[in-house]
Amino acid sequence: MDHLLSLPAWTIAALQALLYLALAPLLVGWVRKVKARLQNRRGAPVLQPFSDLRKLLSKEVHVAHTASPLFRIAPYIVFTATWMAAATVPLLAVELPTAAMADIVVLVGLLALGRFFLALAGMDVGTAFGGMGSSREMLVSALAEPAMLMAVFTLAMQAHSTNLSAVINYQLVLGLSLKPSLLFALAGLSLVAIAETGRIPVDNPATHLELTMIHEAMILEYSGRHLALMEWAAQIKLALYGVLIVSIFLPWGIAQTFAPLPLLIAFGAIGFKLLALGVLLAVAETVLAKMRLFRAPALLNLALLLALLGLLSHIILEVGV
Amino acid sequence: MVLPSVIVLATAAVLIALASAGSAVFAVAAPRVLRIVTLPLFGLSGVCALCAGLGVLSGVVAADAATLPFGLPWLPWRVRLDELAAFFFCIIGAVSFAVGIYGPAYVRGFEHGRDSLVVLGGFAGVFLAGMLLVVLADDAFLFMVAWEVMSLSSYFLVAFHHDHAANRRAAFLYLLMAHVGGLAILLGFGVLAAFGGGFEFSALRAAPVPGLWASIAFVLAFVGFGMKAGLVPLHVWLPEAHPVAPSHISALMSGVMLKVAVYGFIRVVFDLLGDVQWQWGVAVVVVGSLSALFGVLAALMESNLKRLLAFSSVENLGVIFVGLGVSMIFIGTGDRLLGVLGLVAALYHALNHALFKALLFFGAGAILHTAHEQDLDQMGGLLRRMPWTGFAFLVGCISISALPPFNGFVSEWLIFQTALQAWHLEGGVLRSLLPIATAVLALTGALVAATFVKVFGVAFLGRARSRHVRRAGPVPYGMRAGQVLLAGACLLLGVFPSTAIECIRRVPEQLLDASLPQATAQGWLWLTPVSPDTASYSAPWVVLLLTIIAIVVAVVTRRSASRRVRRRDAWDCGFAPPSAQMQYTATAFAQPIRRVFGSLFDITEHTDLDEKGRYHHHLVIADRSWKLLYLPLARLVDKASRRVLRLQSGNVRTYLGWTLTTLLVLLWTIS
Repeated sequence: MDHLLSLPAWTIAALQALLYLALAPLLVGWVRKVKARLQNRRGAPVLQPFSDLRKLLSKEVHVAHTASPLFRIAPYIVFTATWMAAATVPLLAVELPTAAMADIVVLVGLLALGRFFLALAGMDVGTAFGGMGSSREMLVSALAEPAMLMAVFTLAMQAHSTNLSAVINYQLVLGLSLKPSLLFALAGLSLVAIAETGRIPVDNPATHLELTMIHEAMILEYSGRHLALMEWAAQIKLALYGVLIVSIFLPWGIAQTFAPLPLLIAFGAIGFKLLALGVLLAVAETVLAKMRLFRAPALLNLALLLALLGLLSHIILEVGV
Repeated sequence: MVLPSVIVLATAAVLIALASAGSAVFAVAAPRVLRIVTLPLFGLSGVCALCAGLGVLSGVVAADAATLPFGLPWLPWRVRLDELAAFFFCIIGAVSFAVGIYGPAYVRGFEHGRDSLVVLGGFAGVFLAGMLLVVLADDAFLFMVAWEVMSLSSYFLVAFHHDHAANRRAAFLYLLMAHVGGLAILLGFGVLAAFGGGFEFSALRAAPVPGLWASIAFVLAFVGFGMKAGLVPLHVWLPEAHPVAPSHISALMSGVMLKVAVYGFIRVVFDLLGDVQWQWGVAVVVVGSLSALFGVLAALMESNLKRLLAFSSVENLGVIFVGLGVSMIFIGTGDRLLGVLGLVAALYHALNHALFKALLFFGAGAILHTAHEQDLDQMGGLLRRMPWTGFAFLVGCISISALPPFNGFVSEWLIFQTALQAWHLEGGVLRSLLPIATAVLALTGALVAATFVKVFGVAFLGRARSRHVRRAGPVPYGMRAGQVLLAGACLLLGVFPSTAIECIRRVPEQLLDASLPQATAQGWLWLTPVSPDTASYSAPWVVLLLTIIAIVVAVVTRRSASRRVRRRDAWDCGFAPPSAQMQYTATAFAQPIRRVFGSLFDITEHTDLDEKGRYHHHLVIADRSWKLLYLPLARLVDKASRRVLRLQSGNVRTYLGWTLTTLLVLLWTIS
């Protein structure tokens, strides 16, 4: 394992992690912009999420009298866990130390750790909205997390590895193939991504003060730098799911060596893919309407079913044939 | 007779446990004896067991056997501490040690009560001695004696608060089920002994058992040990019995006694029966998956903290048996290495569950001690009132939810890694069974996280929902120390899994003659169960990076931001300051999930208005297995016994006639 821990590998891993920080607000800004254009509005500048974060970071923090110490620790844990999870998803290059020390299952685990504290923070102040958000978040995640695991296991079983680098290498060698298992896994993972990042039709990132909200209800009591960290973590999570989907299903362009030129190409490729994905997301959010909360489980059951079908079709149709 | 060294230590653990039981007699005169002598001795016995177990597992001392000068003249008691026994000695020892620290402060609360302290201290010691002897036994006779000692002594502990009718009923149900299970185990040993020609485990191990009889012995063992382990549908006694015992006993029962059942299952199936068949593994995986899913759903909908923890034990034992079943499938199909991986994963989860379940029961006990409350819907805001207990409980919640970097995650990760090797298997059906079981495990894991968000969020966060909970304060130092100790163990086992697996893998080495050559080949930093290319996890690195990132983020954001933190009322979207009654309760939290999965249970829910204009919400969640299995069974037994009742005429001559006929028939059959 020591060859993974070389200095260049660490440098690229650190660079990639920092890139996630920068990329995440940009992606959100891009999606908002495209959405606004689709709705015939001019929309805020693409860089607006950065300004929001900067403003929040400089504001003073208000904490409720009833809040416990956990309320003030939670944003740091949520942010750290989400960022760490993102750092394990290859963005520019494969064979990085972060991907080896934490495989796909650890990635899911780190996201779950962040969500655990997010949900606890929602219940901390003791308001009705917070508990409501936490309860719904745990419902959504209880159905989405197994679907995500099944989808990534479909790939892991084909690549004979749960290491994301190995999965991507396997896909690169395989070339573009329309295996049924991969299509099922892609469909399942896309539904999970929509649910887990709180997008329409499961949750609406633009709503407050409605009984439909999930994510916003949990962070309702946050302000200042705590809110900035929570928002940033949510944006990183969106970027993470986007990169995960494009990296494992359409990995072409990712660098397999640490030379400058492949890295530059990888940067261009991932940027292009994310822009395209952002347009897709914006179109989907414009076309669809938000579901009633109790319709969401049906959607997530579909995701679980699709992912499980992917795994089964791989194991029955594709292994040993 | 010269006793070998490790056996001396192991026997000392048993004797000290018995001494602890004996000392409790003096509690009649001076209740203080219980916390000054009895419980420290209990903890000391745990230390001895832990040392003996760790000694064998780390290879410092060799596994050993001996013959004790007790028992029947032609059947002396044989004891043996091999690697498997040593591993379970570690589990028993670690939790008993923690109980020895936690217990003294906890039982102080009973000193002025009406319940007898002699019963509490005495039977706890006997219970511990029984569990140790079950693991130590090297013949079926001693095993069954120790098993019954364990079952009976724990009956008295369940019935400790016997002035409530519900507790007596729970204890009786427990006794009944324990004996039906004990009978199945006895019959299983009977089948083995018929072929082995003796009761010593060495004879049972050596004798070949023909296929059908082996399967019968397996089914009997599975039923018997499965009943003790609380597998669905034989789980009904568990959520009744475990919560009503005093909390440190609940910790022992859920954390340790269930593991003794796992030990028995492994001993009989993997060791004594020998030739594991993959069909058995399929049965174990199916039952384990059902138990896991049922257990977590029941826990999620439960509002009584200790009952919730008991249901969660059903879930965790289900996960352990899924691991064992996967291992049996691989061994049965000839893939020994993967079988070893499954077994190690199951053992790791058994150890983890012992630690975090004991920790959570300690937390429940601490709340009961200071707030006198078990109902989650009355709690709230306890983290600020008892921070030590709160943060230790939080560690327990994170561990049990299988979140990195704590211990529950490692064992869950190992089970996933084993199941992901399903492509090695032949045949589509068998191959697709494992992914489905994995899906169930993944769903279970996510629901466990929801359950423990509910538990921690409702009990420790928010605001107190009742007056007595508002008055709660920190618990005594001893109780805190017991919890912190277990929380530390959870963290250590999560961060240094390779070191732990170095020890655990000696069990399959001795049991199956196969090891995990790859698991720790990359040094203590890396865990690579199959090979470095297949999967790797480096918990120390993950923890280090998480810590560094958290510190950097904290420093950077604090520098750029205004440092002021102003305290104010909760905003809550600008509504009037919310009252504590407006918070989500445990019942409310579980409502969406109840709506999605409720059809698996028998739920009656209604709201009515009383004459004072207040609403009352009634919710009863019943277990369908009562209606489907137990009540028909009870009716059947009832009907059969009515038939038998016809023999009871009250006439001595008729009875003599029956006796004579029976004798004649028996003589005729024998000759």
